[in-house]
Amino acid sequence: MPDLRPMLPELFLFAWAIVVLLFGISRKERSGDSLIYLTLVGLVITGILIPIAGYGNLFGGTFVVDKFAAFFQIVFLFAAFFAVASSHGLMKKLSADRGEFFALILLSTTGMMLLASTLELITLYVSLELTTIPLFVLAAYRKDQLSSSEAGLKYLILGAVSSAILLYGISLVYGLTGTTFLQPALSRLIEQSVPMLLASGNVNMALVMAIVMMVAGFGFKLALVPFHMWAPDVYEGAPTPITSFLSVASKGAGVVAIARVFYTTLPAFHDVHWGTFVAVLAAAAMIVGNITAVLQSNIKRMLAFSSIAHAGYVLVGFVALPQGSTVPPYGPASLLFYMMAYLFANMGAFACVIAFEKNFGSYQIKDYHGLSKHSPGLAIIMTLFLLSLAGIPPLAGFMAKYYVFLAGWQQFPWLVIIGLLTSVIALFYYANIIMQMYFSRGETSLTKARYDRPLLLTLILTAVGTVAVGIYPEPILRFATEAVKVFPF
Amino acid sequence: MGFPILSLMIFTPVVGMAVVMMLNKDNFKLIRWVSTGFSIIPLILSLILAAGYDSSTSAMQFVEKASWIPSLSIQYFLGVDGLSVPMLFLTTLLSTISLIVSFNITCRVKEYFAFFLLLEAGMLGVFASLDFFLFYVFWEVMLVPMYFLIGIWGGPRKEYAAIKFFLYTLFGSIFMLVGILIMYLSTTPHTLDMMELITKGSAFSHSMQIMVWVFFFVAFAIKVPIFPFHTWLPDAHVEAPTAVSIILAGVLLKMGTYGFLRISYPMLPYGTNYFAYPFAILGLIGIIYGALVSMAQKDLKKLVAYSSVSHMGYCVLGMAVFFIDQKSGQPHITGLAGCYFQMFSHGLITGAMFLLVGVLYDRAHTREIAAFGGLGSKLPVYTAFMSVFAMASLGLPGMSGFVAEFMVFIGSFPKYPVITSLAVIGVVLTAGYILRMVQRMFLGEFNTKWSGLTEINTREIIAVTPLLLLTVALGVYPKPLITMISATLQNIVTQVMR
Repeated sequence: MPDLRPMLPELFLFAWAIVVLLFGISRKERSGDSLIYLTLVGLVITGILIPIAGYGNLFGGTFVVDKFAAFFQIVFLFAAFFAVASSHGLMKKLSADRGEFFALILLSTTGMMLLASTLELITLYVSLELTTIPLFVLAAYRKDQLSSSEAGLKYLILGAVSSAILLYGISLVYGLTGTTFLQPALSRLIEQSVPMLLASGNVNMALVMAIVMMVAGFGFKLALVPFHMWAPDVYEGAPTPITSFLSVASKGAGVVAIARVFYTTLPAFHDVHWGTFVAVLAAAAMIVGNITAVLQSNIKRMLAFSSIAHAGYVLVGFVALPQGSTVPPYGPASLLFYMMAYLFANMGAFACVIAFEKNFGSYQIKDYHGLSKHSPGLAIIMTLFLLSLAGIPPLAGFMAKYYVFLAGWQQFPWLVIIGLLTSVIALFYYANIIMQMYFSRGETSLTKARYDRPLLLTLILTAVGTVAVGIYPEPILRFATEAVKVFPF
Repeated sequence: MGFPILSLMIFTPVVGMAVVMMLNKDNFKLIRWVSTGFSIIPLILSLILAAGYDSSTSAMQFVEKASWIPSLSIQYFLGVDGLSVPMLFLTTLLSTISLIVSFNITCRVKEYFAFFLLLEAGMLGVFASLDFFLFYVFWEVMLVPMYFLIGIWGGPRKEYAAIKFFLYTLFGSIFMLVGILIMYLSTTPHTLDMMELITKGSAFSHSMQIMVWVFFFVAFAIKVPIFPFHTWLPDAHVEAPTAVSIILAGVLLKMGTYGFLRISYPMLPYGTNYFAYPFAILGLIGIIYGALVSMAQKDLKKLVAYSSVSHMGYCVLGMAVFFIDQKSGQPHITGLAGCYFQMFSHGLITGAMFLLVGVLYDRAHTREIAAFGGLGSKLPVYTAFMSVFAMASLGLPGMSGFVAEFMVFIGSFPKYPVITSLAVIGVVLTAGYILRMVQRMFLGEFNTKWSGLTEINTREIIAVTPLLLLTVALGVYPKPLITMISATLQNIVTQVMR
């Protein structure tokens, strides 16, 4: 029996999911309060367990907890915490089987945490499925609404297809090397099996196929253009807390997986095989996401397209691999930092959307008209998140954008230019909501918004995070820089 | 590090904003006075700063330096030289005046004053930052309150004007950001310290200097605004509430010229020399074009707005002049000094013009020049103020505008005789549209429709008087300002000519 200590958080979270499920079944009353608090406590304990469990290596390198894994695990736990806390009150509207809602979120989070710390392709695939399958169910959870069922079905079918594609890519890597373990040596193995590859600068078709398949598979999770078609419909149809969870945690799962695989195994092939390819995808995501977001009238769809664009910004950091040893690894570190900044701003923005939905029952941007008059607090905090997403200093989103652009400039200046220009477009649609909230002329008949306690906690924590990470980003920057030292560049 | 006077200056308005936010939103009187109080503190500090400033050296003074984000070599680095001190004073003065002018705001008072204080903090930060990142942060922070101030309290087309201003300026800023990234990555070790970049900048390759210069040019030219980047200005000025127009014209435009002198000139000497001639031509176009368009305006506020394009053209023309005098071996700073004098003087004069336009608009609810006539008999005090500033605006000797324009012309003539000769036409055109405006509004037969208009009140007189005194004082005795900026400008010319 190996020492399972490094795996403690995942094991605990899994067990807690079962506890929440059973607790939900055993209770008769309708209130979801105790379930929510039970789930939140579980997430907090898991977070505390991460430093206690420490770093380590299990099952011959299949399961490795390092700083990189820990960083993302924290992101996932935060996202799950905010999603659960903002679900309060929503459960009353849904059917009686409430325990499973939270249990599914916990199971999906467990999958993500495993994903962050695996160094083996089969385990990676299984973790990814554990992440995604609960999300299919959650997306379709509003059984009273047709759009939710449609979202679940769409997500399921497209998710299954993308998993198959990913699996095909993984099998090609196995075919080229004879191993499924991600390790720096894999690079050498591929080099040997594909002779003269790097020397001649030629492109090997099998390797290209593998890379394209894997990028497509992970690209689905990230909702990259052109694998983004599912995102707007699913984001719109799913219960809003699940949408927020999808937009941050599920995206983070894609980021962590693609970073693990490509940084560990394929950095040597960056120049010839995948650098420019991924850069083009990033550009497409930023352009399509931002331009389409302008056209939306439903705020959930707008945030869906904006999250597609944010995936593009994340990829700007992702493709910027350090050249030579003199330059610090800005690119990979900026990827991590961006996820952290995006976590607070996007979860916060969605929490505002949820607060608005609970009070006024609408997703239409035009209904935000005059919000600053009847609910000034909500308007101010929403403005804060939108400005952070738009990248206005001194908020976290600006620091994150600055960092990825700084990282990307040396290798892909054109990509940075596209990123900057599209961020001007992004400002237009974010500012449009601010305009609705603040610039109204008439009086409003709506009353002041009210918040329940868990939602208020989410709003406060995300707002504090957005401001604090923006004004004093140094600790997270340092942690991110340390975390990416596990990769062989 | 001594007493952190600069930090105190920048962050007092931020504290003021927090305090105002906590006040009862219906207690207008308290909100107004608390905000004004918090804007007077930086004004006093800027006077202390000016008094303590040693104008014999071009070195940075009152320096505050602390590590902020060491992972990306970002510092909290503040300091002032001759370029900053007068601008800080102008900013604090116009902020206080604007707040006093804003006492008549009755809609969403609390938010208005809170945003205004944040705006002041951002502006002060721009003029005091010596770290590129910090500079950029303040540069952007300012946009947000500006967007709200135009968008909530603006005129009929406020939404359009606000978003146009925001997007236009952000569009310029991203070019600056690219310039910053290039500068940062091209130095070893990487640095964002402006002082270090000034020493290292001249070593950059010529093609790079030209490229980065163009990037900065776009960012700063939009702010100045230099033709053809001026199209946001009429919209923003016309739709903005009075106090915001004062700040826009008085301070924000100066950030563009300040940016050139603080960043482009000393850091990219080759680029600056390369573009000097086109720069002078753009200045000329601004002067003539702005004046011609002003002549065609029917709306008083638009007229003043376009006159800003023209007046900032003098600034640009003056800025294009820098060389080492062959006889004396001294740097020739007359043009730059004229430019800087114009920056300061335009802030006073146009600030006052917008203030007075606002006074009239509050009472008449129209700004159409043709609608008025013979106001001189009805509103003698108002007419006196307006006429004095109109004369200052057209460059009447004895006023600060004359000194500025005169210095620009004698500075630029040796280098660009043809351009300067053409630019002098601008003075005639300015006189044309200003005098015509004065004539149509204040002279002639009184339009009885306006018999109900009330005279400018005490509060408004208090607000405008400091501007009047300074305009006349600097027109009669410009030496204190010139002494304050000379050493710094000499240093800049020396750096550009290395």
